Amino acid sequence: MAAAVKIQNITRKFGTLTAVRNVSLTIEKGTVHAIVGENGAGKSTLTNIISGMLPPTGGELIIRGKPVRFTSPKDAAEEGIGMVHQHFMLAGELRVAENIMLGYEECRLFSPLNRKAVNNRIRECAEKYSLALNPDARVSNLSVGEAQRVEIMKLLLRNASIMILDEPTAVLTPMESTKLFTTLRTLAENGHTVLFISHKLDEVLSFADTISVMRKGEIVCTMPAAGATKEQLAGRMVERGVLLSVDNPPATPGAERLRVSNLCLADTRGAQKLRNLSLSIKAGEIYGIAGVEGNGQSELLQALSGMLQGQKGIKGSIQLEGRSLLELSPRQITDCGVGAVPQNRHTEAVITSFSVTDNLIFGRHREPSLHRGAGFSHKALQQLESRLIPDYGVLCQNPAKQQLGALSGGNQQKVVVAREMTRPDLKLLILAQPTRGVDIGAIETIHRKIIEARSRGVAILLISAELEELITLSTRIGCIYNGAISHEFTAKECELKRLEGVAFQKEIGLYIT
Amino acid sequence: MNHPLQRALVPTLSILLAILLNAAIISATGTDPLMVAERIVRSTLGSPYGTGQVLFKATTLLFSALAVAIPFHLRLFNIGAEGQLQVGAIAAAISAASLPPSLTPWAAIPLAVLAAMTAGAGWASIAAILKIRFRVNEVISTIMLNFIAQGVSGYLLFNHFALPSTAHSAPIAENARIASFSELYGWFPSSPANPSLYAAIALSLGFWALLYRTRHGFEMRASGLQPLAAKRAGINPARHTLLAMAMGGASAGLGAANLVLGYKGYYEAGMTAGAGFSGIATALLAAAHPLWIMGSALFMGLLDYGGLAVNSLVPKEIFQVMTAVTILLVISATALNRRNS
Ligand SMILES: Nc1ncnc2c1ncn2[C@@H]1O[C@H](COP(=O)(O)OP(=O)(O)OP(=O)(O)O)[C@@H](O)[C@H]1O
Ligand SMILES: [Mg+2]
Repeated sequence: MAAAVKIQNITRKFGTLTAVRNVSLTIEKGTVHAIVGENGAGKSTLTNIISGMLPPTGGELIIRGKPVRFTSPKDAAEEGIGMVHQHFMLAGELRVAENIMLGYEECRLFSPLNRKAVNNRIRECAEKYSLALNPDARVSNLSVGEAQRVEIMKLLLRNASIMILDEPTAVLTPMESTKLFTTLRTLAENGHTVLFISHKLDEVLSFADTISVMRKGEIVCTMPAAGATKEQLAGRMVERGVLLSVDNPPATPGAERLRVSNLCLADTRGAQKLRNLSLSIKAGEIYGIAGVEGNGQSELLQALSGMLQGQKGIKGSIQLEGRSLLELSPRQITDCGVGAVPQNRHTEAVITSFSVTDNLIFGRHREPSLHRGAGFSHKALQQLESRLIPDYGVLCQNPAKQQLGALSGGNQQKVVVAREMTRPDLKLLILAQPTRGVDIGAIETIHRKIIEARSRGVAILLISAELEELITLSTRIGCIYNGAISHEFTAKECELKRLEGVAFQKEIGLYIT
Repeated sequence: MNHPLQRALVPTLSILLAILLNAAIISATGTDPLMVAERIVRSTLGSPYGTGQVLFKATTLLFSALAVAIPFHLRLFNIGAEGQLQVGAIAAAISAASLPPSLTPWAAIPLAVLAAMTAGAGWASIAAILKIRFRVNEVISTIMLNFIAQGVSGYLLFNHFALPSTAHSAPIAENARIASFSELYGWFPSSPANPSLYAAIALSLGFWALLYRTRHGFEMRASGLQPLAAKRAGINPARHTLLAMAMGGASAGLGAANLVLGYKGYYEAGMTAGAGFSGIATALLAAAHPLWIMGSALFMGLLDYGGLAVNSLVPKEIFQVMTAVTILLVISATALNRRNS
């Protein structure tokens, strides 16, 4: 039987850069195949070629024994190839069922959708592949995990037998990830082929059948997941040795920096998002917030960044060294010495069509040291980029010219982290999913920088879906549930339990569900 | 699609296509397209007077196109350049007519120009404030403000400022007139082209520098591209909305000054002749780019005056169709280029 996907000598160039170099790979039908590799290794580029998003510069693509040449994702869809993008493409105002049938209505224009039949098909599919979904829910109210299930369902009902997922678990909680992989396994058992990219080696090892490692545009090895180890994979991905977990010397917290007291927030529909949330962070400590997405984290982040200035329905107070932040604008808050890596990079933190350098100063562009006349000082910008880009390992050819959008996902994230962590006179650093989409080598770098900042006396608020990350870094951990901190682990507890590893993760899990 | 030559290919082809299509339209009306083309070239760039007329039209168009292009970079679509021109024109005419005759032109002209700019900027700011305060879409508010400007200027003219049994206001003081190139240097004899052209070019260059060389422009572009990210980065969207609309309105006011102080010498009903609307097309044709917009204004000025010159061969209506077809083709071509890059 022919392999589901066979790639032969595929190359893709962007100008002078070769993102994928002469890659050959075979993916067998009915398997779950994972691709791992450093940021910028060419993983997204390779999968985009298979799904028809990007034409290759050279080489051949053979689907089920048939040579193909895709000019658009539509061509690929006709061959049964579907891709779940990291940024979902859903219409928020429509219902789940409507989104799934969008562009595939099976009825004439203007005649109403046969809602019952559609709902039935969705339920059938949901049951078969354990894709829990309510067809009548509005998409804007879904969690990321649910939205992703909608995307997968969309592909299934369009008869996609080869599914490609680019970093599907980057935005999921561990529980949702497990759910996703249960679905993917069932799909493979039913004859579908799954290809996914991930930076999380644990999940790759436990859920994939086969693993390919990419480095600098080439596939350096392909091996069965059974018998492989994390260290072995890491060794193939990165040339230098990687510490899988950084050292966390005991913190010496100073005076209180941030105090959030009894913060309450109702959204425009009147639903209570934050309920008497209180926490306090001292200088020189990392306060980790553990929780399932949608329990008030985004609202807390918005309140802390000044995005809710002047909004009704807020009660309680937020104080930075005694100064109330709730009345301040985003600009005034940054001027107080607050830096933030927001949750959603694309909509909140960068301008993708600006150059890398412009993104390094975006939000810091009011710092007088960068100014010259009414514009910016070239020299200062050059100094900044030549300091930050190597320091944070951003892979990029020409920062002043290259658009940020032309960087790989993980490298874009590094730009944001570098910018926020190096603000002068930093008092409070808010980090939401700081290592989202970043490779293991870079995670080590970023973790070291976070500890360094803490040791310098910065107060750090860390929100992460990765319990491992929280446990490694946090001085104290607060568990957020239903808009309030339901439990707090003291510094002493954290230090002791850090050594327990998985057991501590389980204990935290009890407080956040 | 990265090579500059390749990038130029699509627009060039589209212009060729537009020429062919227009030739076909002219043939269909029973006229020889070559003769029309020859007549257009001869009557515009072929004579100093024609060139002067084209430059004069291009000047007003450049100002009104900038009125659209400046807010466009914040994703604001200013449909109101026409109304801003009108209030600017009436302000220029009234102020210039009431200045003491003893004033030197060096004081009188700037004062009248300032009045026009202030009126245009004020008028455009109304739309900005409606947007900031009440979230009224600027397309709707600027369209409405066009109607209001039309009504108010008509009322003011006929009930207060029109000279008896005429449709225009009192002539402006001699010291507030902008002398034409013809009067100053004998260039483009007897055409109304005047040094306002320098101001229009300087404004385009200045706008380019503002957008790409200053922190204010950095913030403007960021706000236009990613409003949410810009807000988080401490950029105040309301401030930029107000400033961009005011700058746009002031530019329309300058266009009005060119018409009143540089040409007519009074305010007359219908004197803007839709230049505000042509400004929208001019801006879109250049994708609101502050430098390309100069070429686009020249091109539109050429068509504008060329159309008048061949009126006897090609009916005005057909010429309008041809202009619109050309603009559509060029805009589609640039969109295509952007998608492929
Ligand atoms: N549109 C583009 N234009 C120019 N270069 C690009 C473009 N897209 C990707 N690249 C470059 O190709 C290389 C591979 O990028 P790719 O996105 O495939 O990496 P990746 O392995 O998916 O990384 P990550 O783990 O960070 O997502 C990078 O060096 C990137 O800068
Ligand atoms: Mg990627």
